[in-house]
Amino acid sequence: MLLRNLVTRMLGGVSLSIGLATAAVAEDPTKVGFIYVGPVGDGGWTYEHDQGRLAVEEHFGDAVETVFQENVAEGADAERAIAQMALQGADLIFTTSFGFMDPTINVASKFPDVKFEHATGYKTADNVSTYSARFYEGRAIQGHIAGKMTESNVIGYIASYPIPEVIRGINAAYLHATKVNPEVEFKIIWVYTWFDPAKEADAANALIEQGADVILQHTDSTAPQAAAETAGGVITFGQASDMAEYAPLPRVSSIIDNWAPYYIDRTQAVIDGSWDSVATWDGISTGMVGIGEITDAVPADVKEEALAMKAAIAAGDYHPFTGPINKQDGTVWLADGEIADDGALLGLDFYIEGLTADIPN
Amino acid sequence: MDLSSISPELLLASLVVASTPILLAAIGELVVERAGVLNLGVEGMMITGAICGFAIAVNTGSPAIGFVAAALGGAVMAALFGLLTQLALANQVASGLALTLFGLGLSALAGQEYVGLKPPPTEPLDFGVLSELPFVGRVIFSHDLMVYLSLGLVAAVWATLRYSRAGLILRAVGENHDAAHALGYKVVRVRFLAILFGGACAGLGGAYLSLVRVPQWTEGMTAGAGWIALALVVFASWKAGRVLLGAWLFGGISVLQLNLQAAGVPIPVEYLSMSPYLVTILVLVLISADKSRAPGSLGRAFHASQ
Repeated sequence: MLLRNLVTRMLGGVSLSIGLATAAVAEDPTKVGFIYVGPVGDGGWTYEHDQGRLAVEEHFGDAVETVFQENVAEGADAERAIAQMALQGADLIFTTSFGFMDPTINVASKFPDVKFEHATGYKTADNVSTYSARFYEGRAIQGHIAGKMTESNVIGYIASYPIPEVIRGINAAYLHATKVNPEVEFKIIWVYTWFDPAKEADAANALIEQGADVILQHTDSTAPQAAAETAGGVITFGQASDMAEYAPLPRVSSIIDNWAPYYIDRTQAVIDGSWDSVATWDGISTGMVGIGEITDAVPADVKEEALAMKAAIAAGDYHPFTGPINKQDGTVWLADGEIADDGALLGLDFYIEGLTADIPN
Repeated sequence: MDLSSISPELLLASLVVASTPILLAAIGELVVERAGVLNLGVEGMMITGAICGFAIAVNTGSPAIGFVAAALGGAVMAALFGLLTQLALANQVASGLALTLFGLGLSALAGQEYVGLKPPPTEPLDFGVLSELPFVGRVIFSHDLMVYLSLGLVAAVWATLRYSRAGLILRAVGENHDAAHALGYKVVRVRFLAILFGGACAGLGGAYLSLVRVPQWTEGMTAGAGWIALALVVFASWKAGRVLLGAWLFGGISVLQLNLQAAGVPIPVEYLSMSPYLVTILVLVLISADKSRAPGSLGRAFHASQ
């Protein structure tokens, strides 16, 4: 009854029936909720988060119950969806897209007893952690393979939204492509969506028609892979998920997000009562970023170099953003041998030298 | 900036591909709304068509059979809506929204085994020497049957509504169902047929996405195309020709802006990105400054006893 009163008071106008529902499940197993930006069957980003959720279920069995809400739009509706999940008695909620940042913070302030984890953002609170993966490490390896394999020297890049994570990926890929092939040119299309297969396919086709023979994508569906396969003579990389169904061509490798260990850890922390607010940013070394199998379509020497780079990054011997690197306007960003610090990377909002387009605001 | 990297031929050819799904869905919804029924379930019927068409095409190896199945799938969904709104007199807005949710869920369930599969290719029609013509060959004579069928459908809908007795009856039912009923026309029957037609068209549009434009099956792959088709019907003031214009504008500018971005045109990406919506709405609003208005009985339930 106390809980019911609390909840009802906190939310003012929320109806009594929802309050009752909350009270009814208060004694149940630890409830872990997930908010997804796309459908669980997107074959990419959301699919991998859902694999993490299933791993939590498998690991804890009856001790944990999971719920999820898919296709939640970034923006005002996200706040409703997150609040609803908190009202349904979730003890821990993962919000798995950058655009859920402010909604997560807002809802978290109304539910101090619920723990929140926001993926890829930078705002934390007493009951809000952030977690992300160093996808740019994988992008560096992609850039290397792309630079070596392109014959037209035009690399197409399907970008979603102009946020630091996406800009880091473009910079890392461009840096490592030009290192092995100074002739490389990047054509970048911003589609302003995470998931719209038709638009992603159109963007891939536009890039291919304009001469790109490598397509890198920072969107969630496998549509660009299908477009590249139809066009022929184009290579791609799986994004967020292995997308192995398009191997060995067009997909020659991939960046795989592996959230399962993190989700299991954090759920355990809630059960133990040891959960605290942290900002996690892991990469290849911990396995949060995986590199999917490099297929035989890649020449053996290029594959070897790529694997060597992966090993060096994992061992901490090599950082993809190691100077000398200039900003787009020609000013120095990193001096010779200097390594970008995490703060600068997290807020990255500029292109490096050589990229010609402007970043949208 | 390198505009020479954009090929006008390829651009115009992909314009047609990009606009066909919304064109099909919109022309179907236009007929439904001219009959006085507001079916907001276009998205649900489209996605159902997308998975029905994909699954059948993969299993039979024939895209043509796939498209037929997609039309049937869309029509079956529409029939559900028809039963609810025409016989059970349920609220049309609520039923339409429910149809969208149902379609999205059902297709996700049905499509689980089809993720990552490649559909049989939909071949372009063979026009012989015509396809060899410079420019025209690529732009006009390089498409698959569905493209020409959708254009034929627009012409047929326009002509039927304007010149035929059947079209006149359909419009009468949509404008004033009580008067049409008093004249002895079967309001519910006419509307039910219109709803089935709308569902079949939406299904075809969805299948064009999954079999030609993308081509693959992904959950939720229509990603709002049904809603754009719905908006198009309104902005086109319920006229077939304007629906075609709107679909081409929207599809064309969508493709054009992606190409301009890739070519590095110095226009801010934000403006490029919103241009398909802005230009389409602007053009259609300007040309509908005449006395166009919605069908008089749009969205109202009809029962012979009232």
